[in-house]
Amino acid sequence: MESRKDDTHRMVTVTINGEMRQGLAEPRKLLAYFIRETLGLTGTHVGCDTTSCGACTVLLDNEPVKSCTVLAVQADHHQIDTVEGLETDNVLHPLQQAFWDNHGLQCGFCTPGMLMTSVALLQKNPHPSESEIRHAISGNLCRCTGYVNIVKAITDASHKMQQEPAEV
Amino acid sequence: MAMEATETRPLGKSIKRKEDPRLVRGQGRYLDDIMLPGMLYMALARSPYAHARIKGIRLDQAYQVLGVKAILTGADLEKMNLSWMPTLAGDRQMVLATGKVLFQYQEVAAVVAETRAAAEDAVQLIEVDYEPLTPVVDPFVALKAGAPLLREDRAQKDNHIFHWEVGDRKATDDALASSPVVVKEFIRMPRVHPAPVEPCGCIADYQKSTGKLTWYVTSQAPHAHRTVLALVSGLPEHMIHVISPDIGGGFGNKVPVYPGYVCSVVMSLQLGRPVKWVETRTENIATTNFARDYHMTAEIGATPDGVVMALKVATIADHGAFDAAADPSKFPAGLFSIVTGSYDFPVAFAEVDGVYTNKAPGGVAYRCSFRVTEASYLIERVINTLALRLNLDPAEIRRRNFIRPEQFPYQSPLGWTYDSGNYRATLNEALNLLDYEQMRKQQAERRAHGELVGIGLSTFTEIVGAGPSNTFDILGIKMFDSCEIRIHPTGKAIARLGTRHQGQGHETTFAQVIADELGLTTADVLIEEGDTDTAPYGLGTYASRSTPTAGGAAALAARRIRQKATQIAAHLLEVAPEDVEWNGEKFAAKGLQSRAVGMSEVALAAYTNLPEGMEPGLEATYYYDPPNLTFPNGAYVAMVSIDRGTGEVKVERFIAVDDCGTVINPMVVDGQVHGGLTEGFGIAFMQEIAYDEDGNNLAPNFMEYLVPTAVEAPHWETGRTVTPSPHHPIGAKGVGESPNVGSPAAFVNAVVDALSPYGVTNVEIPLFPWKVWNVLKEHGLTE
Ligand code: FES
Ligand code: FES
Repeated sequence: MESRKDDTHRMVTVTINGEMRQGLAEPRKLLAYFIRETLGLTGTHVGCDTTSCGACTVLLDNEPVKSCTVLAVQADHHQIDTVEGLETDNVLHPLQQAFWDNHGLQCGFCTPGMLMTSVALLQKNPHPSESEIRHAISGNLCRCTGYVNIVKAITDASHKMQQEPAEV
Repeated sequence: MAMEATETRPLGKSIKRKEDPRLVRGQGRYLDDIMLPGMLYMALARSPYAHARIKGIRLDQAYQVLGVKAILTGADLEKMNLSWMPTLAGDRQMVLATGKVLFQYQEVAAVVAETRAAAEDAVQLIEVDYEPLTPVVDPFVALKAGAPLLREDRAQKDNHIFHWEVGDRKATDDALASSPVVVKEFIRMPRVHPAPVEPCGCIADYQKSTGKLTWYVTSQAPHAHRTVLALVSGLPEHMIHVISPDIGGGFGNKVPVYPGYVCSVVMSLQLGRPVKWVETRTENIATTNFARDYHMTAEIGATPDGVVMALKVATIADHGAFDAAADPSKFPAGLFSIVTGSYDFPVAFAEVDGVYTNKAPGGVAYRCSFRVTEASYLIERVINTLALRLNLDPAEIRRRNFIRPEQFPYQSPLGWTYDSGNYRATLNEALNLLDYEQMRKQQAERRAHGELVGIGLSTFTEIVGAGPSNTFDILGIKMFDSCEIRIHPTGKAIARLGTRHQGQGHETTFAQVIADELGLTTADVLIEEGDTDTAPYGLGTYASRSTPTAGGAAALAARRIRQKATQIAAHLLEVAPEDVEWNGEKFAAKGLQSRAVGMSEVALAAYTNLPEGMEPGLEATYYYDPPNLTFPNGAYVAMVSIDRGTGEVKVERFIAVDDCGTVINPMVVDGQVHGGLTEGFGIAFMQEIAYDEDGNNLAPNFMEYLVPTAVEAPHWETGRTVTPSPHHPIGAKGVGESPNVGSPAAFVNAVVDALSPYGVTNVEIPLFPWKVWNVLKEHGLTE
């Protein structure tokens, strides 16, 4: 969306969902808006301005971060994963499938961030307990589901991923 | 286990949602995801004061910012006669302030620029010269003689907005005077905000060449918004196309029209380019409509054995700077008159006085059918006080007073006709699921060990599905809803409704209703909502009205299709139409079930092989004007323990047994209940929009306005009884709001129960640990 090229802008190069992409960004531009507006990947959402809601969660070098609290220029030459990269060959990621199977979403606005946090959780801890899951997603607000089915979905995915280890 | 959308006879089955495959891929299309060529961004300058006179506004600095296209102030709007707009409550609200500001964060100017950042930069450089005035924050103070006058624009020179009353005051006073037992309680339901994760926003896209305005907006009521916009802007209504895309939660927040919407439309009309405005979280919480802020006093008169004789309620309703409630026109206090709840009061009287204060305007029905949460909370709390006074178990006091099954349809003393219910059965189901007696035993044992353990009940009755056209309208528009179904030649269908879901699952549940009526599968029926150029007129999704109204329309439109289809089937089966019978999946020749045709054969024939003289095609539209509202009910039980050291309340168990009539999709209903309970939990324990005495909003973001995370949210258990609505086409009542309406009282009653041995009968929400700790301290229960 940046229409002007001047010395206030920097070229930012990222590997996002395995693909190298470039875009111009003002140094103050937040990574969330760089992903959404410059790179056109709108699955990453913005729900607050105080790093509270987690709707903007992406993986930055495999660590979950709130992309509204990272500057685009800080992500220069780093690796980013967003919800759009979860599916492989038209097959949903086990977490995406489990959210669907267990009614783990309603409006779906928190879902991409919730999924990315969950991906990171299961990478580190493949068999989380209910309490571990609840703590892991406590930076992701959901106003619709009451979390019960999200917890169920993550548990379900963790079981299925044990049975057939999937690529993330 | 959830089932696939290809199931036959889907009504009542847990069909997996059709909306999810796109949403889990991040392919939902929410408002802020829409980016149009040449789109500009708008940001708003807002008042730092709660009450101040505007002496001047300087824009020259702001105009210096590179990329700024235009700046709008109240003075500009005044010239267009647009500086005020009507609210849904029949009051008016400033679009951009002129003369003075009336609440902190009030809209003062709008900047449109090439980028979001430039618009925000310019907002910072707008200089407004304010002369601070005395703010009025407390609604009781606002009513006092000599209180500063807030709304100088009105003919009436005080801060009183309306007085509304219902019931028989004299008979109620007499009954109270002669009641052997009277309990009285002051109950405050504080100001809260629905705060969906997606904030509000819009894009106004006016094409000068065609004269058409396309307005993308986070709207729970797109048709109503089109009409309001036509009335406000003077644009012809057919030249306004409202598109409400995927919505990231609404809960009532996305029902009203907001000043930012009007400004973006004005800007697009002037500039001929698309103008996007998306509010920040702070703007969302601090300016778009709040809910509650009801200050209620209730008195119950009863016999010595706890049979209720009368209910009297007086309420002060704080509406903030403008009465921007989204209530039906004849109901300035919404459906608060459901306050007699599930109990057979012989007489009752309720009055509500609306008041202006220097706070953000409202209030909306936050996951609630117009003030029903306030009413339910009040009666469920005060009936608890009565049980305490009489030393009766809270289950027993309810049993003694429930409206009995044989009394339905039940005429309430405040004017409603309850459709159906079996309150005792619903309560028994909850008590059995929990083993209530065992729970009470455990409580006694733990108490003996010094633990603070409480059990709280709430057996509420809701009133939803507004509503019948003889009583319900918004700005004069009757509150029916609609559905249009088209069956394509290959037997697949598209249906469009006047409602707009925000996560409730309509794309699945309405498809189930229609598929079930037509012998199709959920997969065969595509549901579309939110586009006013294609969908039939309807009043939208809030107040749990979609299933009672549009759900009825969907079933009846499908039955209209079936009528014509019967004629075509007769032609195909070569029998007379009266010899065709619908067996639930197909049209069969009477007495000859083997000769049958399904909807796909009939659909093909509707376009290829019609009976002589019949009009081609197979489609129907139904505008459903419900004959009555629906009255879902529930029995909720909470068990809590209180930490003496910190005052923290732990919800150990919670069961919600709901009766929402016929269940379309049990999985979706449970999901709605989980979500509503979590919001009810937030309201009881965490959420409050408080103001300081200068009118500063103390919780304008998610750091201070606390909504439950997965860590605080309890684990929920659910159950169900089914008492269909006798007048609804499929017997459904609606459920989205019951858990939010019913649960706060259960939590609070549980906390009171834990503390009642020490003389506590009332505690004020939200029950922050520090507040509970203060109560413990006061009663010598903590160090
Ligand atoms: S948008 Fe990043 S945490 Fe809310
Ligand atoms: S599904 Fe709506 S916020 Fe989580």
